[in-house]
Amino acid sequence: MAERLLAVQDLSTHFFTHAGVVRAVNGVSFTLDRGETLGIVGESGSGKTVAAMSILRLIPDPPGKVVEGSIMLGDRDLRTLDDDAMRGVRGNDIAMIFQDPMTSLNPVMKVGKQIGETIRLHQNKSKAEAWQMAVDLLARVGIPDADKRASQYPFEFSGGMRQRAMIAMAISCNPDVLIADEPTTALDVTIQAQIIEVVLEMQTRYESGVILITHDLGVIAEMSDKVMVMYGGHTVEYGPVDEIFYNAHHPYTWGLLASLPRLDESEKSRLTPIQGQPPNLITLPAGCPFTPRCPYRREQCRDQWPQHEDVGPEHGVHCWIPEEERLTIRADLPMFKESAA
Amino acid sequence: MSLLEVRDLKKHFPIRTGVFKRTTGHVYAVDGVSFDVEKGETMGLVGESGGGKSTVGRTILRLTEATGGDVKFEDVDVMRASRTQMKSLRRDMQIVFQDPYACLNPRMRIRDIVGEGLKIHDVGTEAERKKRVSELLDTVGLNSEHAERYPHEFSGGQRQRIGIARALALNPKLIILDEPVSALDVSIRAQVLNLLEDLQNEFELTYLFVSHDLSVVKHISDRVAVLYLGKIVEISDSAVLYDMPQHPYTEALLSAVPIPDPHTERTRRRIVLEGDVPSPANPPSGCVFHPRCPRAKEICTTAMPRLVATGDAGDRHEVACYFPARFPTGGRVVSDEPLVDALPVEAG
Repeated sequence: MAERLLAVQDLSTHFFTHAGVVRAVNGVSFTLDRGETLGIVGESGSGKTVAAMSILRLIPDPPGKVVEGSIMLGDRDLRTLDDDAMRGVRGNDIAMIFQDPMTSLNPVMKVGKQIGETIRLHQNKSKAEAWQMAVDLLARVGIPDADKRASQYPFEFSGGMRQRAMIAMAISCNPDVLIADEPTTALDVTIQAQIIEVVLEMQTRYESGVILITHDLGVIAEMSDKVMVMYGGHTVEYGPVDEIFYNAHHPYTWGLLASLPRLDESEKSRLTPIQGQPPNLITLPAGCPFTPRCPYRREQCRDQWPQHEDVGPEHGVHCWIPEEERLTIRADLPMFKESAA
Repeated sequence: MSLLEVRDLKKHFPIRTGVFKRTTGHVYAVDGVSFDVEKGETMGLVGESGGGKSTVGRTILRLTEATGGDVKFEDVDVMRASRTQMKSLRRDMQIVFQDPYACLNPRMRIRDIVGEGLKIHDVGTEAERKKRVSELLDTVGLNSEHAERYPHEFSGGQRQRIGIARALALNPKLIILDEPVSALDVSIRAQVLNLLEDLQNEFELTYLFVSHDLSVVKHISDRVAVLYLGKIVEISDSAVLYDMPQHPYTEALLSAVPIPDPHTERTRRRIVLEGDVPSPANPPSGCVFHPRCPRAKEICTTAMPRLVATGDAGDRHEVACYFPARFPTGGRVVSDEPLVDALPVEAG
């Protein structure tokens, strides 16, 4: 069995604002093994980024606070580590790739120096050694003329090149866990294909566990081993990638899959959107946040959050609809009819 | 006669540097683009950043003045229209912008935003206009009581509906949709796409749909033009484009889009292009795509190939490539001999 790298249990992160308590993440649990990719998918405000930032303890406090849960990295609970020890974890054990490489790179520092800085923080290297390692890393992520490029500034890099530099920085200390937050969202699709290739290559090489946060189900299908679907700060469904795409149990997951225009659709078909608007995280119902938009909602949905229910190997769902009824409803959905045929 | 005819459209933005703002170069944003849009159809413009797709839309409406070329709308010469002619043309040609947060004036009520066009064109009395605004909000799926609110009270999807209501106000014939769903979440995106389709059927609208998202463009368009560095490299019926892409850039673009289906993803062959899109300020010589092209040969560096129909999938499928993929019966063939029709006139 693969080595367990990370186990997050019942994580809740709330923001205490003047307007009220924003319940961004509510009781989220997941695990990550060596060499595995966990895709976290959800729309804006679903809590996917806050969940990842909570792992790294990067939530600004105040107003934010991890109010509940445990985050086990091996046998250490990251919630109880002191700040010094946490600094040792960031970059060294867990590294992060952000969505917007321009705002996450220092504009007035040479790219090689920025990468070297991380190395020198965690490893006992001289400046020259760190610089040389930075150049090697840049070459490894596919930047031509890495030697010359290392002494340039971020503004001299294109979007794709900057994201490569971010990846070089993230892998510089050979982290066990790599968190990629919308790593390709700001990029053109041909550049996105390049970056996905680099991330997968680095993952194979370093055997990292990757947490991939994205709203793009296409990228999820391409890169993930297992998927967590989030809505309104809750995990609504969790399972291996094939289970989520071909054996989904939650009405929100159905809704997401049905609302996508697909490049390989053979004839013009009409999309089935999810009705209504995204939830307000301050006035979330006590029960399932998807209730107001769910076509199959029932009485208890609004007031009680459904318990985790196993529906397959490592496949869980939170939904009040009884399993049998769910399968009947699903059998009538156009997109599942198609795949069954 | 087509509703919209675009011929050899060019927009070169000057690059000015130094104290005296001397022009030291040009950004070739749109460089010789031609296409027709028939009444009632949806024409998709797709490409990556720097392809010039948004500039095409804005230039047609003369929101920026073209450097050269002709645009005809119902046989009226748009490029040489006077101010008064332009005013009446703009009743028929409307635009919906990408960013639903930036395109609505935050200090205006929804009623005034949607009704502004009516007021400018002096349509009806105050009371009639008010009624029309309520109707429009209803048409796009909002409530008439929303009319008294301000933009900040709405979500992204609702704002985009407001933008669409504003565009519809004067019963236009053509609407240019500039990345109308790019800023929206997946579940909301489907709502807006369906709304656009319903409106098109109801009001016999013609759309020019600009987007970087191939799946969305393919879904909504009847025909698609693929732009690269200010030039159309391929144009075809959208149903044909996915199965029979002829230009290597179209092939790469299609293969790079991840499909939300793990089985399909595992078996697909992906063409990963090397390098970045070059700067439109300094486009490559010859075919603009040749530095990244897996099929590039000597001839590709000399001159841009002409956009021609190969006849494999009807006359409406045109490609600008010396070595396009051909689809004779029974498979895909790429010839080593350059396509004679694509050679520039003076050389061939």
